[in-house]
Amino acid sequence: MSRVAIRVEGLGKRYRIGRRERYHALRDVLARAFSGSVDAGAPDLAGAPGDSLWALKGVSFELGEGDILGVVGANGAGKSTLLKILSRITGPTEGYAEVRGRVGSLLEVGSGFHPELSGRENVYLNGAILGMRKVEIASKFDEIVAFAEVERFVDMPVKHYSTGMYLRLAFAVAAHLQPDILLVDEVLAVGDVSFQRKCLGKMGDVASGGRTVILVSHNVLAIEYLCRSALLLEQGVVACRGTPRTVLEEYLGRSTAVARRVDLDSVRTRSGSGQIRLASVEIGTLEGPENSVIRSGDGFVIRLGFRCRERVVRPVFSVAIYSLSGVPIFAVHTSDASIDIRDLAHDGCIELEIARANLMPGRYWLHVAVGDEMDPHRYDHVLNAVALELEPADVYGSGKLGAAGWTVVFLDCRWRLTRESRVGSR
Amino acid sequence: MGADGAEPIGRGVTRITPRAGWPVLDVRELWDYRELLYFLVWRDIKVRYKQTVIGAAWAIIQPVFAMVIFTIFFGMLAKLPSGNLPYPLFYYSGLLPWLYFSGAFQHATNAIIDHQRLITKVYFPRLLLPLAAVVCGLVDFAVAFVILVAMMAFYGIAPAAGVLLLPIFLLLAVATALGAGLWLSVLNATYRDVRYVVPFLIQLWLFASPVVYPSSLVPEAWRWLYGLNPMAGVIEGFRWALLGQGQPPALLGVSAAVVALVLLGGVIYFSRAEETIADIV
Repeated sequence: MSRVAIRVEGLGKRYRIGRRERYHALRDVLARAFSGSVDAGAPDLAGAPGDSLWALKGVSFELGEGDILGVVGANGAGKSTLLKILSRITGPTEGYAEVRGRVGSLLEVGSGFHPELSGRENVYLNGAILGMRKVEIASKFDEIVAFAEVERFVDMPVKHYSTGMYLRLAFAVAAHLQPDILLVDEVLAVGDVSFQRKCLGKMGDVASGGRTVILVSHNVLAIEYLCRSALLLEQGVVACRGTPRTVLEEYLGRSTAVARRVDLDSVRTRSGSGQIRLASVEIGTLEGPENSVIRSGDGFVIRLGFRCRERVVRPVFSVAIYSLSGVPIFAVHTSDASIDIRDLAHDGCIELEIARANLMPGRYWLHVAVGDEMDPHRYDHVLNAVALELEPADVYGSGKLGAAGWTVVFLDCRWRLTRESRVGSR
Repeated sequence: MGADGAEPIGRGVTRITPRAGWPVLDVRELWDYRELLYFLVWRDIKVRYKQTVIGAAWAIIQPVFAMVIFTIFFGMLAKLPSGNLPYPLFYYSGLLPWLYFSGAFQHATNAIIDHQRLITKVYFPRLLLPLAAVVCGLVDFAVAFVILVAMMAFYGIAPAAGVLLLPIFLLLAVATALGAGLWLSVLNATYRDVRYVVPFLIQLWLFASPVVYPSSLVPEAWRWLYGLNPMAGVIEGFRWALLGQGQPPALLGVSAAVVALVLLGGVIYFSRAEETIADIV
């Protein structure tokens, strides 16, 4: 029996809804104070129950040294909050957690990277931010640079790096931190496939090196591949703990009756400045009743409800379809196709009609975003906003599903056998 | 650095609990992270001058230009008293600690909101951010100080014996900038109005400090109140220690006490906010 590396006991975190606003204006506080409202400047406890939200409630678990725990759950289930508490970024409201050893948290790659500084300088800066000593960084410097494959550019400001180089370097620093406990949040969602594979490999190394890892991911494959146990969080509560397979089945099973319409207001794991916020996302059928199944090869429509906080010029909406294992399959921007929005100043809804979904049956995630030409994620970006469930269909008209099990798309195609022995002749 | 210098940060069991009672400043942890302080300061300096043409010369240009303008308007035109000192020397010796203070204070005030992303993604003692901001200003101060030494040589003024106390006055300026910066950095993160208040506050503070006039201009009856402004003690102290002008600031004790209170309160206030600051920004 190994020693306990992490013990979490009755952990809870309450957010006051007001606190989640981007910021307060002093004016509001003064106005409230003068209007004699009791709430002004009152401590946390005074808020009415409706004013607060438990992001985590009564979470308890133990993790032995060298264990790898995968945490899954829908958006807003409290996964990120759990990691933030364990990495001491924010404090719990109740309960406690004990962690043995040095904690490395990788909630974002490249935290603290400065675009003006060179790769070399950023490795030192980022390493120090992650809690490494200078001598430690120096001794691993060559290894880090080699892993990131940026040897030739190491003295160039990182603002001139490609996105791939930047991410590789950032991940490399974090991967060489050698913590006793590594907390990883969705980092694998970034970068191209080869980079993701490299990260997975490195994390596998870290894990087999006897370190304790907690991995939060929507990437079901990664969790199944890397983790020895898994935990399902649902609305801040531990819904299930067990082997990755049982937990993932539970997770996927629970969301079988996938909501076709998701209210995005409560989603906290989003980025963007917020001039426009995506308020809802809905998948609708092209014909027939709204709630009828959508099958492989059917058309469907995606509706994005949005709220405009201030006037924005030339907004660009985008929708991307990802496989459950996190592989990008399709993405389209309003600016790519047939629609050009001059400016927006009021709430509304935008619809994307997909005439025919050439996707194999199964579940896909939709990522939605709004931004502008320069940065399509500038205003708002919600990963895994809604699940798209495609029911099996006889796409080839043969009564068989064929290779559906391991492929993602199907193309409109037809076999033809001719007598000609030469290929390509007519 | 000894063998234990390479010991990684954060071994042992860490217990994470809700905040209870008064926050205790974890000095040991702060010491563990001392290299991060160095890197934050180093980054700020590096970035500041990275794409500038004349680089560190900016650290000299600002006080020298202010000195020239003050000499012309407050000295030669308005004929404000300067004790028995030449105007340029009088103003420059006041501007030096003042510009350090105002820059460091403003920089510290923005320490949290400038690092929003970092704060919500990585843990480290947050106190390092305002600390780095005030330490960073010392580099500019050192560069500008060279000019002061040159000016003293030019005017043939040798430093008085009080020059040994100069580090104490400087320390007082650092503590004042840090103390006030700690308070305002948290307020700034919570209420974004503060951003607009600070430049105004600095302007008022300038006139409440003996930069453009000697403190002897302040009526005797109000001196005690004047002494509550620590920068008054610092600037007077500078002139006295370097140029031998006037008396050693009588209100140094009062100033030091005020700074100690502001700093202590700031550390407590900041530490209390530290835990929830990631939820606010």
